[in-house]
Order: sequence, then structure tokens, then C-alpha cells
Amino acid sequence: MVAFFSAVLAIAMSFAAGLSRLSKLWIVRTVTAVYVEIFRGTSLLVQLFWLYFALPFIGIELPKMLAAILAIGFNFGAYGSEIVRSAVLAVPKGQWEASVALNMKPWQRMWNVILPQASLRMLPPFGNQLVELIKSTSLVYFITMADLTYQAMVLRNNYISWTTEILVLLLLMYFVIATLVSMAVRLLERKWTAGRL
Amino acid sequence: MNAVVIDAFAGAEVPQPDPNPAAEVKPMVRYKGVTKSFGDLQVLKGIDLEMQPGEKVAVIGPSGSGKTTMGRMLMTLEEPTEGTIEVDGELLWHMQEKGRLVRANEKHLHRMRCSVGMVFQHFNLFPHMSVLRNVTEAPRKVLGLSKEEAEERAVSMLGKVGLDDKLKMYPANLSGGQKQRVAIARALVMRPKVMVFDEVTSALDPELVGEVLEVIREIAEEGDMAMMLITHEMDFAKEIADRVIFGADGLIVEQGTPEEIFDNPRSERLQNFLQRFRSN
Ligand SMILES: Nc1ncnc2c1ncn2[C@@H]1O[C@H](COP(=O)(O)OP(=O)(O)OP(=O)(O)O)[C@@H](O)[C@H]1O
Ligand SMILES: [Mg+2]
Repeated sequence: MVAFFSAVLAIAMSFAAGLSRLSKLWIVRTVTAVYVEIFRGTSLLVQLFWLYFALPFIGIELPKMLAAILAIGFNFGAYGSEIVRSAVLAVPKGQWEASVALNMKPWQRMWNVILPQASLRMLPPFGNQLVELIKSTSLVYFITMADLTYQAMVLRNNYISWTTEILVLLLLMYFVIATLVSMAVRLLERKWTAGRL
Repeated sequence: MNAVVIDAFAGAEVPQPDPNPAAEVKPMVRYKGVTKSFGDLQVLKGIDLEMQPGEKVAVIGPSGSGKTTMGRMLMTLEEPTEGTIEVDGELLWHMQEKGRLVRANEKHLHRMRCSVGMVFQHFNLFPHMSVLRNVTEAPRKVLGLSKEEAEERAVSMLGKVGLDDKLKMYPANLSGGQKQRVAIARALVMRPKVMVFDEVTSALDPELVGEVLEVIREIAEEGDMAMMLITHEMDFAKEIADRVIFGADGLIVEQGTPEEIFDNPRSERLQNFLQRFRSN
């Protein structure tokens, strides 16, 4: 749950921030750069604590779930924005020029010509980030949310002698999820490239 | 200042800026005192040039003389540092605002670009789209044609360049010559009034040059579109151009009919240039 919604948020933030950093308007670029630097410069755990434990002091109380989604989403969005930015920049200049020559509007150039090509480059790093994101959801344990790790800890308390097995199982489950995600990403990649290279 | 140089060599059939506008055809393209600098480097030093509707103008000259830059300005890919360019009687890079000339905004450029098309040296096809999609994309998204209309237009245009059997292929699977022919169809399908061809054969293997030149020759014969052909193919320029422009060091050094330029070059620059070309 947390993983899914924070991944959606992270991807949305990645594109929003990644494209904003390429904006013609310096104010947009600066604001985004500040966001990216803040969320990349501090650890996810700190951000999580801040959202959940510090915000109530200024009158904003977030449910655990929302705090977790926001923290993880914004954190990975900041990293993801770099992926989006560099993938867009990696599309050859000739592609922009051809789309200008065909009189496309700026957003059409981006949406119809540049992003489809950039997405292909984004896919592998996004896949890695997604795996990282799923693993990082275990941090929400620290704000006492019931994620996989938390469940495992509960189990372990109840069955102390099985600790090793439970932790191995936990590891395995993260591994399986991560593998599934990587496989899905690779499949998608193959499908998108079909016939083009 | 440089206009002097150019006027001295202006071909007889080139009308000078009209004293009596109603009396003659409006030029399709008009460069007036255009300069371009990249940082400290002045690449174009004052270009004055007119192209009549339907006129085929070949641009020749040594490497680095600013030919590409001149064409890219017409395609709005490069902004002039000084001077103005008019397309079909309207300023391309400037617009009137409260009686003053100001830099054109995107909306103005968008409107002006309807009249201009360009084919690039390196094709710049969209690699993520099929051949058909490459040619229908802009008619649908920019001209607002329906899918059927766009495809009909595209297929007939691809037929003209001899590629209507490759509709479903992706650019990566085409030869260089085929890619360039798709790029030509892609530009033509927008029905521009003037089109820039920037060394469209120089990235091709020698055996593929012919098929592309053949297509351009056919387009030229149809007549109504003005063409700026930046090229190193002298024989080709001689054959299809109405007028040839020789540029060097950012200036138009000499211009005239193909016969005047190739058989009777007046300036020493041009004589040397042609000589070097023939000996190669
Ligand atoms: N974006 C740019 N930034 C800096 N310098 C540039 C840029 N574009 C072109 N130039 C320089 O301007 C000069 C003219 O370039 P241009 O491409 O117009 O010449 P050309 O006549 O087309 O040459 P060629 O026959 O080699 O294609 C060259 O010295 C080139 O290095
Ligand atoms: Mg060039």
C-alpha cells in the first residue's frame, strides 16, 4: 500500500520536478532545485520523522500512512527528477529541431517527441529506484506502521526462537518483490523498444 | 555596409526592394542586413537575399561560411543577431507592438512557421514512430487533420518518394537514402511555401545520393514551392537551381544564374572555390 502510493507520488514528482528544472523560467528552476537539494541532502528517515513527529508541533497532524507516503514519495521524487532531467537532455538536439521544423507547439514537442524517447532511457534507472523505494518502506516501521518489517518484528516477538527463519523470510520476501519489479521493468523495456532498434 | 558587396553582384533578374510594391510579386523570403554571432564569433556579417515564390536557390560555399546558419534562421532554429527576415511579406523574428519592432513570441513564430519547412543533414526522423506515423504526426497534431485525412496525405506523399511500401517500418530499419526520403515526405506533407534543404545528401553513402537527388529534382519540377538548397553537389545545383548563391566568410560574395556562377565566375574567391572542387 505505502509502496504503491508513494511510488505513484514519486513518479509524478519526478516528472514534475525533472521537467521544471528544464523550464525557461528561472524562478521555476530555482524552486525545484531547492526541493531536490533538500530532499536529496537529508535522509529519508529524518524526513519521515519530520513529517510525522515534527509537523504536529506547527499544527499539522498527518495520519501515519499519509506521512509515510509523502516522505517516501517526495524523497524518491527528488532522485527521480534527476533521472527525468538527464534522460530528457540525452535526447539528441536534432529531435527538438525536427519538431520545431514541423511546427509543433512546445508541449507537443515534449509530449509527442521528446518524452517517449526519454522514457526509454528512464526505464532502467527508474526500475532500480522502484526497488530501492520498496525496500525503503521498511523504514515506516519507525513510525510504528505495520509494514512487512513491522509484521516480522511482531512475529519475532511471539516466536523468539524462530528469529533467524523469520528474518530470512523477510529478506526473501523483499527479494521476491524486488525481482518481480525488475522483471516487469525489463519486460516493459523490451516491449517499448520492439522493432525500433 | 555589406549590402554594397552584394548589390554589386546581384543577378539581373533579382528585384531590388520594391520602389513600387504593387507592381511586382512579393518576395517569398527576404533577408535584410542579417548578421549572426555566436559569442565573439560573427558567422554571418550582413546577408541581403531575396527569394521569389517558387524560386530554387542553391547556396554553395566553403565549410564554415555560415550556410547552415542562414537556413536555420529561416526555420526559426537560430535567431538573427541583427537585421530582419521576412517570409511572405511578414517579419519572421519580429513583430509590431505599439508601433515598435519587438522580438517575436512563440505564437507569432508558430504562425510564421506554417510557411517554412526544413530537411536536415542527419534526417532527424522520430525513431519511436513508424514511417507512416513520422509523416502523419504533424498533420494530425499541428494541422488538426483527422487520422484518415492525414494518412491519405501521408501515403500519397510517401508514394511520391517511393516508400509507400514501408509504412510500418521503423526508421532504424531503413537505409540512409530511405530515411532521408521519409524526412522529405514528412516536411512536404505540411505544404510549406518555402523549404530549406541543408546538405541533405552529405550524410549518405555515395551510392544512395542519387535516389534522394532524384526525389528533390521531382519536387523542384512541380514548381510552386520555393527551395533553398544548401549543397556541395555542384552538378545538381547547376541543374535545378534558378539562381546560385556563393557565400564565404559570412557574406554573399557572388550570385547569379547557374551558368554565370559555374561557367563565368567573376570573383577570385569563387574561382578558387570551384577549382578546388573540381580537382577533388
Ligand atoms: N550553435 C553554435 N555555436 C557556436 N558556433 C556555431 C554554432 N553553430 C555554428 N557555429 C559556427 O558558425 C560557423 C558557421 O557554421 P555553419 O554550420 O553555418 O557553416 P556551413 O557553411 O554550413 O558549413 P558546412 O559546409 O561545414 O556545413 C562555424 O564556424 C561554426 O563552428
Ligand atoms: Mg552546414
